[in-house]
Amino acid sequence: MNPELILHLILWPPLAGFLINGVFGARMPKWLVSTIACFSPLLSFAASVAAYIQLAGQATTVKLYTWFVGEGSAIVDFSFLIDNLSIVMLFVVTGVGTLIHVYSIGYMSGDRGFHRFFAYLNLFVFFMLLLVLGSNLVVLFAGWEGVGLCSFLLIGFWYDNLEYNRAASKAFVMNRIGDLAFLVAIFLTIYTTGAVSFADLHDTMTNDVRINDPAYVAISLLFFIGVCGKSAQIPLFTWLPDAMAGPTPVSALIHAATMVTAGIYLIARMHFMYDLVPVTQLVIGITGCLTALVAATIALKQNDIKKILAYSTVSQLGFMAVALAAGAYITAIFHLVTHSFFKALLFLGAGSVIHGLHGEQDIRQMGGLRHKMRWTYGVMLVGTIAIAGLPPLSGFFSKDEILTAVHSHNMGFFIALALASAFTAWYMFRMFASVFHGAFRGKNETWEHVHEAPWSMRGPLVVLAVLSLAGGLLGLPAITGQSHRLYNFLVPAIVQPKISASHAFEYALWGISLAVILTLLVICFKRYGSSGPSVPSVTPSFFERLLVNKYFIDEIYERLFVHPLKIAGSWLMHRGDYGIIDRVVHFPGKVVESGAFALRNLQDGKLSSYLLYSVVALLIFLTLFLIF
Amino acid sequence: MNHIPEIIRTIPLSHYVALSSALFLIGLLGVLIRKNIIIVFMCIEIMLNAVNLLMVAAASYRGDSAGQVMVLFTMAVAAAEVSVGLAIIVMIYKNLKTTNIDLFDQMKG
Repeated sequence: MNPELILHLILWPPLAGFLINGVFGARMPKWLVSTIACFSPLLSFAASVAAYIQLAGQATTVKLYTWFVGEGSAIVDFSFLIDNLSIVMLFVVTGVGTLIHVYSIGYMSGDRGFHRFFAYLNLFVFFMLLLVLGSNLVVLFAGWEGVGLCSFLLIGFWYDNLEYNRAASKAFVMNRIGDLAFLVAIFLTIYTTGAVSFADLHDTMTNDVRINDPAYVAISLLFFIGVCGKSAQIPLFTWLPDAMAGPTPVSALIHAATMVTAGIYLIARMHFMYDLVPVTQLVIGITGCLTALVAATIALKQNDIKKILAYSTVSQLGFMAVALAAGAYITAIFHLVTHSFFKALLFLGAGSVIHGLHGEQDIRQMGGLRHKMRWTYGVMLVGTIAIAGLPPLSGFFSKDEILTAVHSHNMGFFIALALASAFTAWYMFRMFASVFHGAFRGKNETWEHVHEAPWSMRGPLVVLAVLSLAGGLLGLPAITGQSHRLYNFLVPAIVQPKISASHAFEYALWGISLAVILTLLVICFKRYGSSGPSVPSVTPSFFERLLVNKYFIDEIYERLFVHPLKIAGSWLMHRGDYGIIDRVVHFPGKVVESGAFALRNLQDGKLSSYLLYSVVALLIFLTLFLIF
Repeated sequence: MNHIPEIIRTIPLSHYVALSSALFLIGLLGVLIRKNIIIVFMCIEIMLNAVNLLMVAAASYRGDSAGQVMVLFTMAVAAAEVSVGLAIIVMIYKNLKTTNIDLFDQMKG
């Protein structure tokens, strides 16, 4: 197969699925809708495998046509780049995507928007493919905007709930801020280098030896603002927890595994530029550390099972950002991949719990579910210890690699991330123990109806559990004597030195993290997994209240930005729109209207009045005639 | 017997102008003030004849018979007009049972 055919087979099936289900879905039986929806990403996945085998690490650009020619010499092609980085992303997007599609058949079976849901999901996969395959910034941006749109559509999927619509708007507006910066960054890139394709930019910038060139610093910072929006970094992260309003498979696919990692992918794709700007790297590192710590601490005190996972996602994205800042791009991609496995698993598992409890999301109303949901319990156990970082699960290796890379880069970052990963273990064990151990704390009739998920949901869970278990094999550290498969695979696409550390450091890191995690495990299970009726409540300290209320960040934003904007908007509406524009527009109409009302009285239909008018008119004309 | 124009010229032109203006104004005021449609109609005739008088006088003073011929035409047309006008008035009276023009407000939109 030639590369162009493979590309077509990867790219178009999800769009076709969207069109078929979107247009005819309402009139098709559910089995047909779900078959089309699941086979389209599956076909893309198969084509990705074909690309992996066929192209064998050869970076291939497929140009479909010239999109437009920009100012100066910048030619924007509608073209796609299949290299090892995009193949890794393709596997994540189409592989995890297919599993989540299959899961959704069971999860969404009772929903009246069944076909609409799958149409949106397929459209999302299409835009995500556009994003990871685009060979230049403009095509990438098209996908970037498209996934934002699908995110908006799916967060507000249950559109009759006003709260969900607000969450959707919030996500869209916050992403808008980042997207504006992204767009300006593209303009600046074209202005300074005259190129938009990654290959040209790579050639231009690798020949450049200037460090911290002001133009590059500006571009890289603007791109990073875009990344902050999409990948939920401080200060633009508050939309992601609210985005949990969408159906749980959406949270798993878009807001955990794929879309939110687009920012990480972007920086990895542009790594040659970020290598030239240590200033930006420092900014990314600080932002990432803050994000990882802030989100992890908030997650400690949340009670909504999906909110905990959402803050956990934000925190993990912070980890990836710090890895990028340390120049360990492949490590960031490694964590991206393993995170997409275990976080999708955790979200889908949470979805299974919510499904089994008929919509209950509060972990205070759960407990003891291991007796009734054995499969979910098993896979969630795998997901939890994978993210907490116990060897030999996938999360352990990727997190360990990030810590190793950061350690040799910046000690402050290392301490922050080590703390954040301890918090990670803590909130995950707290959640897990509260949900599955101890005694059930909800209503008795709910307990009677708790049931295990259907097989269409269990199947993807099991596959993801296996991937979370074995994902670490992609990147075993040097200490084990194995080769780092992902590094070897990605090194043609991303030029970066190998992450290595002394054996002593490596063993110390393993030992300390194991000890900390196991201690936390014991503490959490004692505290939250006990059989008591409920977690004993004590008067919350100041710090606890701070965490429960998410550092009041939403409130601060509300006061600082939303409220002033609303006031300005209503002022402008009343003074500007109603006061000036409407008055100006309505004035001629008012004049004609009132004039007509006045003149109407002349036309009273009486013969004598008309005679009088004609005489008066005659006199006027005669007078005029005499004067002039 | 002298020619009629000569007889006419025995009175100064200003008298004719004054008389016909007075007649015209009387007719005009009658049209505007009176309410009975038949009186209004008669006032219109007065205005018409005021103009005729002025034309005859002016024609005599100019020594040009065209004006007098014109007056003959006007009188012929006026006769026709009067018959049509009276017919209309009769029809209005038959329909509305009144000759008061203030009650003729069927044209009001």
